[in-house]
Amino acid sequence: MRIHEYQARQLLADAGIPVPPGRMVQSVDDAAAEAKALFDGGARIVVVKAQVHAGGRGKAGFVKVVNGAPEAREAAKFMLSNRMISPQTPAEGLDVRRLLVAAGVDIAKEHYLAIAMDRAARTATLIASAEGGVEIEAVAARNPEAIIRERLHPLLGLQPFQARKVAFALGFKGRQIGQATAIMLKLAQLFRDSDASLAEINPLVVTPPTEENPDGQVIAIDAKFSFDDNALFRQKKVAEMFDPTEENPAEIQANKFGLSYVALDGNIGCLVNGAGLAMSTMDIIKLHGGEPANFLDVGGGATEEAVTEAFRIILSDARVEGVLVNIFGGIMQCDRIARAIVAAAKEVGFTVPLVVRLEGTNVAEARRILDDARREIPTMQSATDLADAAERVCAAVAGFAGSGASSR
Amino acid sequence: MPILVDGSTKVICQGITGATGAFHTAGCLAYGTNVVGGVTPGKGGLKDVNDLPIFDTVSAARSATGADATMIFVPPPLAADAILEAADAGVAVICCITEGIPVQDMIRTRAALDAYPDSVLIGPNCPGVITPGRRISGEGPSARYSGGCKIGIMPGYIHLHRDDAATGKAVGIVSRSGTLTYEAVWQCSQRGIGQSTCVGIGGDPVKGLNFIEVLARFNDDPETDGVVMIGEIGGSDETDAARWIKSHMRKPVAAFIAGRTAPPGRRMGHAGAIIGGADDTAESKIAALRSCGIAVADSPADLGAAMAAALDLTPSPSPASAVR
Repeated sequence: MRIHEYQARQLLADAGIPVPPGRMVQSVDDAAAEAKALFDGGARIVVVKAQVHAGGRGKAGFVKVVNGAPEAREAAKFMLSNRMISPQTPAEGLDVRRLLVAAGVDIAKEHYLAIAMDRAARTATLIASAEGGVEIEAVAARNPEAIIRERLHPLLGLQPFQARKVAFALGFKGRQIGQATAIMLKLAQLFRDSDASLAEINPLVVTPPTEENPDGQVIAIDAKFSFDDNALFRQKKVAEMFDPTEENPAEIQANKFGLSYVALDGNIGCLVNGAGLAMSTMDIIKLHGGEPANFLDVGGGATEEAVTEAFRIILSDARVEGVLVNIFGGIMQCDRIARAIVAAAKEVGFTVPLVVRLEGTNVAEARRILDDARREIPTMQSATDLADAAERVCAAVAGFAGSGASSR
Repeated sequence: MPILVDGSTKVICQGITGATGAFHTAGCLAYGTNVVGGVTPGKGGLKDVNDLPIFDTVSAARSATGADATMIFVPPPLAADAILEAADAGVAVICCITEGIPVQDMIRTRAALDAYPDSVLIGPNCPGVITPGRRISGEGPSARYSGGCKIGIMPGYIHLHRDDAATGKAVGIVSRSGTLTYEAVWQCSQRGIGQSTCVGIGGDPVKGLNFIEVLARFNDDPETDGVVMIGEIGGSDETDAARWIKSHMRKPVAAFIAGRTAPPGRRMGHAGAIIGGADDTAESKIAALRSCGIAVADSPADLGAAMAAALDLTPSPSPASAVR
């Protein structure tokens, strides 16, 4: 699960990591008022930033530095009335509903700091670089030696000596060392306490020296977090940050029924049990010249009701011109899938070709149920194996699209 | 002697009174697995629906039954604790079927397991492990078997013992995916290739046995003639395994990598199945495997054919005559 930048800033602030003052707003008036309050409070510049779960905001014009409340109003008006389009958004762009209005900070130096799951190490790893403010993947590709890595002990977490080592390696000086060390330790604790899978501060900046702060101050400017979905049951505060408007509605609906669904661009809907088989089913459709419309893993424990819902979700995608059901029953019993096919035929109706391949637990009963229902589901074909299933559905869809029936 | 488990393995089920635990305990018993009891805290002293004794703790179950393997169906919030309880009781093979355990729990549990070198963990989020038995009667789903050990949720009847296999060969199967493992098993069985042991290592990022540890066991197992290895997107385990195979493996390996068409950055069902960086794609894993001399099937429908070819079993027997 991902959250917005303003929510990530709040988590950092709650953990005692310094962030510039600011607030999330949802209207033009509130944006102007918040900007005025920040300027009145002594901010020299203010930043208005669109809050969407996609990068490329700056280049798209959805991060603006403003010099007064009227400018903040203009920036907010633009962002709230236009869709943001960047290489990381869908082609039609994203609606912007929330803005972060925050005090701008003078920057002497930018760093990168993150803690991420490291599966090869079977623990989390701290990743840091003195080249901040840019994509860390780009730094890693151009100059791998600029990336510092420090593994967190699986039981003890990040140790102070490790944080100090990183602070020195990043080139922090004087009081910055203590500040940076404290930020790293707090970030590691936050990562662990919140069941995060990624906690990233980019950039972590040093402000220019002033009279009270001759070494400058170490501050987190932008932050990105994602969390382990499996742990949300014990992370109430995190779970409440979920913003459903940022997700595909069909994926949310699927989730409610315990289904794992990812929308894709093709026209062959897939209903499969098991993530590996579901991916392979997409792969084999592509090998036979088709394009999968989705990934859908019904899981092992899905009820007949959930499987019927899965069909409803697949068939509600207007691009779907054929459906492939591929079930190798283990924990999932084939007869349950067969009953759901019959139920879905009654409730939703299969106007598009349906190819069914069943094998495994209770397969004989499942075949009997489908044979009995053959008259009610005229578009249904049975496949003998995986390759046969892929060939049939690709051929059926090619014929279906050619017949002009896709304008249903 | 096959790897990890065989007909003499005594198995308990943690979470035996839950709906899923009860259903699959019955399935294991029907396959001929020597299931000797189960654990549900607070129900010790009772019998389960299969008339097996229930114990309050794994330690009590082990003392009373001598169990040396466990099958865990405990719900995700409590499953990591169940794994450690089994290790602490001295259970040698701990098979955790549960899906959805928080990653942080597995990080700590995996590290804590270092204190129990005599226990191995399979999973979590896996179908389990099976060493097929001989078919003694019946056909297809209603067939009966003897001498095997099925610990987990896989359909038993798709497996084939070497002595029932037309080719007289048996391969080991190791996979991150459950149902795709069944697909591989089925295709091998259809071609008359038996299985020595099939291990689902699970789809989570932090887990017990990994590819290399299972491959090493197959390498030393006289009952195993070759190995089917099934990987997917996410992480570098398959690439690490490819290097290990190149320098250590004495038996042919056929492989498949799922997720060629998966979009980057999206989790594909399994917690561990997500394309991370630019190098973390199915294509790069396939290239790494091929560069180490491993036969990689382009299509998941060609897993059995790839294994047959790697075993020099061409032309293969027709499916009708494959099972003797």
